[in-house]
Amino acid sequence: MTRPRTLYEKIWDAHVVEQRPDGTALIFIDRHLVHEVTSPQAFAGLRASGRTVRRPDLTLAVADHNVQTTARLDAAGNRLPIADPESAAQLAALEKNAPEFGIRYIDAVAPEQGIVHVVGPEQGFSLPGTTIVCGDSHTACHGGIGALAFGIGTSEVEHVLATQTLLLQPSKTMEVRVEGDVGPGVSAKDIILHITGVIGAAGGTGHVIEYTGSAIRALSIEGRLTVSNMAIEGGARAGLIAPDETTFEYLKGRPYAPKDADWDAAIAWWKSLATDPGATYDKVVVIDAADIAPSVTWGTSPEDVVPITGVVPDPASFADPSKQTAAAKSLAYMGLEPGTRMQDVPVENIFIGSCTNSRIEDLRAAAAVIKGRHKADNVRWAIVVPGSGLVKAQAEAEGLDRIFTEAGLEWREPGCSACLAMNPDKVPAGERCASTSNRNFVGRQGPGSRTHLVSPAMAAAAAVTGKLTDVRELMA
Amino acid sequence: MTPIEKVEGRAIPLGLKNVDTDVIIPAHWLKTTSREGMGRGAFESLRADPDNLFDSAEYKGAPILIAGDNFGCGSSREHAAWAIGDLGIRVVIAPSYSDIFSGNAVKNGILPVVLPQAAIDRLMEVAATDPIHVDLDTQTVTTPFQDRFAFEIDPFRKMCLLEGLDEISLTEKSDAAIAAYEQQLDADRPWLRPAA
Repeated sequence: MTRPRTLYEKIWDAHVVEQRPDGTALIFIDRHLVHEVTSPQAFAGLRASGRTVRRPDLTLAVADHNVQTTARLDAAGNRLPIADPESAAQLAALEKNAPEFGIRYIDAVAPEQGIVHVVGPEQGFSLPGTTIVCGDSHTACHGGIGALAFGIGTSEVEHVLATQTLLLQPSKTMEVRVEGDVGPGVSAKDIILHITGVIGAAGGTGHVIEYTGSAIRALSIEGRLTVSNMAIEGGARAGLIAPDETTFEYLKGRPYAPKDADWDAAIAWWKSLATDPGATYDKVVVIDAADIAPSVTWGTSPEDVVPITGVVPDPASFADPSKQTAAAKSLAYMGLEPGTRMQDVPVENIFIGSCTNSRIEDLRAAAAVIKGRHKADNVRWAIVVPGSGLVKAQAEAEGLDRIFTEAGLEWREPGCSACLAMNPDKVPAGERCASTSNRNFVGRQGPGSRTHLVSPAMAAAAAVTGKLTDVRELMA
Repeated sequence: MTPIEKVEGRAIPLGLKNVDTDVIIPAHWLKTTSREGMGRGAFESLRADPDNLFDSAEYKGAPILIAGDNFGCGSSREHAAWAIGDLGIRVVIAPSYSDIFSGNAVKNGILPVVLPQAAIDRLMEVAATDPIHVDLDTQTVTTPFQDRFAFEIDPFRKMCLLEGLDEISLTEKSDAAIAAYEQQLDADRPWLRPAA
C-alpha cells in the first residue's frame, strides 16, 4: 500500500517527467498562460535560438496589464489606439508573437478578453489537478479550482514555451485550516487578509499552501480563487483547494473543459486527488472562522492587517526590531498616526477589480452595498473594473452597471486596471485608495499612492461614506 | 549567463525586510520588450533620497547586497533580477527570499546567499567599513576579521551558477523523456487536451 499523500504530492507525482539525482525534477506543464508584460523577451529568446513552441495547444495568450479600461472601439467600431507608446508596443509584440508561434490569442477587443487569471478558469482552460504557469505571481489564483499553479519569471516562460516543462525542486507542504462559519459581512477576501496577517508575508516561503476546513469548503469558486490568489502574499509558491462538487459544477460546460465521456473520466481522476486521511503537512496553521472580521491593511505589506474595528498599530508594539523599523517606515509612507481608528481614515479613491476581486460574485457584493446610495463627495475617483468581457456582460444583464453608475462610480472595460500602475488607471501621490486588489506595496498603484486592501463590499462601503467603513454597519 | 565563483567587494548594507519587487523595480520600468538598462529604475523610490546607499561614493557599483527577511517578495517579474544585475550586484545575502525571486536570480547569474539573521547582523557591521568575500565553490562568506559563515545551496543551482548553464539546452537533452511522458499522458488523461 502506498503511503498517504497530500493533494500537492499527488499532483506533483503525476507530472514528473524525469527525476534527477540532485533532487530536482523535470515537471510537465499542462497549461501555460501568456500575457504581454513578461513574454516579449521570452519570444525574442526563442527567435534568437531558432526554437519553436513545443505545445501551442496548451498555451493561451491574453493581454491584460497594459490595456486601457476606457472604450476600446470608437462609434464606427474601429480600434482606439493605446495612448502610451510603450504599452502599445508590448501589446503589439504579443499580437505579433502569438500567431507567429501558433498560440491561441484572445484579442483585446474579443468578448472573452480579460485578466488572464479570470479568463483561465472562466474558459475552463484551467482545470483541477493540472500544472498551470504564467509569468505573473498571481497565477497562484488557479489553485482555487485545485490546480498546482504558480508564477514564473521570463526565463522560465521561455523554458516552458520551448519544452513544456520546468526544472523544479519540490516545495514543502503547509495546511491552513479555517474551521467554522464566518460572520455576516465577512468574505473570502477577509479570510485571506486575516490569514496573511496571521502567517506573515514570509510565512509560506518554500511551501505550497493547501487551504482546508469548513469555511473554505463553504466558499464558491469565485471565493476560492480570491483566497488562492493571495497565497503568494503569504510567501507561498502556490495555493491549493481540493476540487469538489462545487468545482465540477463551476467548470461543467465551459468552452475548453472536457465534454461527454471525457468529462466523466476527468471527474473520476479529480476526485482521486483529495489529500489522503493520515497524510501529513510540513506545517499546519488552524484558524477559527469566528475570529475573522471584515479586514483592512494599514501598512505597505499585505501582512499589515487589522480588523476594521481596530486601530493603526504603534510600531513599538511589535516584538521584532526589524518589524518595528518596517512599521515606522510604513506609517510614514501611509501618512498614518498610531492609535488612529481605521474607521476614521478618509479615502479619495475606490478601486473594485483586479484578479483577486473582479468576478461576478465580487461585483454583486459591491452592488448590494452601493444600491440606492451615492458615493461620498470626498471620493474623487471610484472605478469598477470587471475581470473579463464575460463578467461585464453578466453584470450588465443583472443591472449591476446601472447600480454603480447611478451611485457615481465609473463602469469600465476589463483589465488589470489600477492594481499595478502599468496603464492609465493610477492613484495620485499622497492620495488613498480603498482597493480590492492584492498588493499595498510602496508605489504599487502609482508613485506615492497609498493602498488599503479590502473586500469588494468594504470598498463599496468606503465609496459611500468616504472613509474606511465597517460594512456591517451598512447592511440591513 | 555569466558564470560566478568568487565575488569580493563592498556590500550594500540595506538590511530592510520584505523588500518587494515593486521596490526593486517599479511597474513603469516593465513596459519594455528588452532585458537591458533596468539598473536605471532599480530601487527608484529609495534612490529618490539623495543620501541613498546605492548612489553613495562607498557603495556605488558594489557587487554585494545585504538585505533582511523575505527579499524579492511580490511579483514574478524577472526584471527585478535584471535590474539588480544591471546595477553590478552579483550576490545578495539575506535570511530568506521569495521562491520566485531566488529562481530568477540564479537564472541571471546572481547568487542568493541564505544566512541566519545573526550572521546578517555581523555582515551589516562589517559592510559599513570593509569588503566582504563570497566563495560559491566552498559555500562561504568571509570578512577581513576572521568571520566565516557557511551557506547551503542546492547542487543544481550551484552547478548552473558555476558553469553559467543554459537550462533550456539542458532540458532539450531530455526530449525523449518528454515525448514519452506526452504519449502516456494522452493515454491516461486524454481529456486534458483543451476541447475548444
